[in-house]
Amino acid sequence: MKQEYDIVVVGAGPAGSMAARFAAEQGVSVLVLEKDRDVGYPVRCGEAISKEGVAEFITPDEKWITARISKFAMIAPDGTEAVIELPGEGYILERRIFDYELAKSAAAAGAEYITRAYVNGLIIEDDTVKGVKYQFRGADKEVRAKIVIAADGVESRVGRWAGLKTHIDFRDMECCTQATVSGVKLNTDTCYFYFGENVAPSGYFWVFPKGEGIANVGLGVSGAIGKKRSAQSFLNTFMEQHYPNASVLTCIAGGVPCSPTLDKITGKGIMLVGDAARQVNPLSGGGIASGMIGGKLAGITAGEAIKKGNLNHIHEYEKRWHDRLGRRHETFNRIKEGIYNFKDEKFNAIAHSFNKVPYEKRSLGNLFTTALINQPSLLIDVAKVFLVK
Amino acid sequence: MSEIQYRQAKNGKLLIEILPDKCDFCGCCVGVCPEDAIELKEAEIYIIDPRCTNCAKCIWSCPIEVIKLNKNGVPVK
Ligand SMILES: Cc1cc2nc3c(=O)[nH]c(=O)nc-3n(C[C@H](O)[C@H](O)[C@H](O)COP(=O)(O)OP(=O)(O)OC[C@H]3O[C@@H](n4cnc5c(N)ncnc54)[C@H](O)[C@@H]3O)c2cc1C
Ligand code: SF4
Ligand code: SF4
Repeated sequence: MKQEYDIVVVGAGPAGSMAARFAAEQGVSVLVLEKDRDVGYPVRCGEAISKEGVAEFITPDEKWITARISKFAMIAPDGTEAVIELPGEGYILERRIFDYELAKSAAAAGAEYITRAYVNGLIIEDDTVKGVKYQFRGADKEVRAKIVIAADGVESRVGRWAGLKTHIDFRDMECCTQATVSGVKLNTDTCYFYFGENVAPSGYFWVFPKGEGIANVGLGVSGAIGKKRSAQSFLNTFMEQHYPNASVLTCIAGGVPCSPTLDKITGKGIMLVGDAARQVNPLSGGGIASGMIGGKLAGITAGEAIKKGNLNHIHEYEKRWHDRLGRRHETFNRIKEGIYNFKDEKFNAIAHSFNKVPYEKRSLGNLFTTALINQPSLLIDVAKVFLVK
Repeated sequence: MSEIQYRQAKNGKLLIEILPDKCDFCGCCVGVCPEDAIELKEAEIYIIDPRCTNCAKCIWSCPIEVIKLNKNGVPVK
């Protein structure tokens, strides 16, 4: 280990590892600090991703694919189920292996990793971030860097220490809890989404198959709902109703920041990626693929800045992110805000009218169209999602 | 018997109590805290008292009801 690196990345999730890899591939020195003992564990995730979202970064491998998804099922509050064939393939991952493989690919490109390294402050000189302070096996340490990439997930404290406003409005936080259960019956090619006041108001409840008889069962509700009733209490009710005899293999809590990307994701000597930058798709809450994209763009830009010897170049990352996904997320966020206000009757009506559409003609696009038929302004947003690349 | 000492928040007694034995260390509360008043390590969590304003946003956001409002104040351990 060196005293100084070109780039220090805080957090070894998908965003941090991809930032590390794409920077290291350009021959600059990279150190990744992760507070947990293991990269990829504990897993706080439903683990759903599209094949496309993965393939840009790593060759799909049976080792970390637990189920292949081809259908989406929406279950309305009255129990009506509307099933759609998805346009492409989806996966349910085994993230404890997947995140580890991503880290291995970054290490192979030359990035160094240290786990159980808890970052608790920044070195700031002349208003510029110059490295991080961390604790490692009981000792206080420091490491200097030309650029710090904050990939510290939902906590997003590193950005705050650099003066960026990263805390999340509690109403935009989807507060989640999930159980991985065995002994359940479901189709292993279908992701199930439940909606309604009694299952997950202002969010959704998911059941994602992880192979025969196993599933990730969880939900997210906004902090505004959490004020009255916790995610845990919704999960308990659902489990009693649907899977009273299932074995719980894992149980986790977690938070997903569901809002558009932060206004500022770079500062002097610092870049934010993944959940820490709020790069999650605010409509679906999916942040693995978008976090990897954010990490990649930041890693490339940081590597270029080092090679050019021009640290101001890191601000280019903001534009690259907004061109690639940031602007689309703003549209998704408007749709999310529309859907949040739906009452149970509305979800029921959507499922009923959707089931009248012949099966071959059903698509996610016309599900949204059915859903938003009474809200023309949102329809324009939806059209943008499907027409604008 | 010695007098009970309470933790001090920015404006008076600290009323927010995290029950570490129940905590899953997920970071949801840390993300919403406007004052950066929660320290969260791999398996350790506590409130940095002088920063906390007792705003309760962390309580509302905890998915598994680990944070409580303790009207009597949180005693110093
Ligand atoms: C319950 C739940 C279900 C989800 N389901 C899905 C899904 O099905 N599909 C999907 O695409 N997305 C899903 N998401 C979102 C997805 O998990 C995240 O968007 C994704 O993990 C973000 O990646 P990241 O690299 O930004 O952060 P993370 O994966 O959270 O990684 C951040 C890392 O930083 C480390 N860290 C934090 N602070 C410090 C510090 N001070 N010092 C050192 N290290 C630190 C953490 O230990 C962690 O390893 C879900 C999230 C939750 C909570
Ligand atoms: S009460 Fe408010 S200030 Fe105090 S720890 Fe909770 S969120 Fe932070
Ligand atoms: S939100 Fe709750 S479970 Fe998560 S770290 Fe905070 S107190 Fe612990």
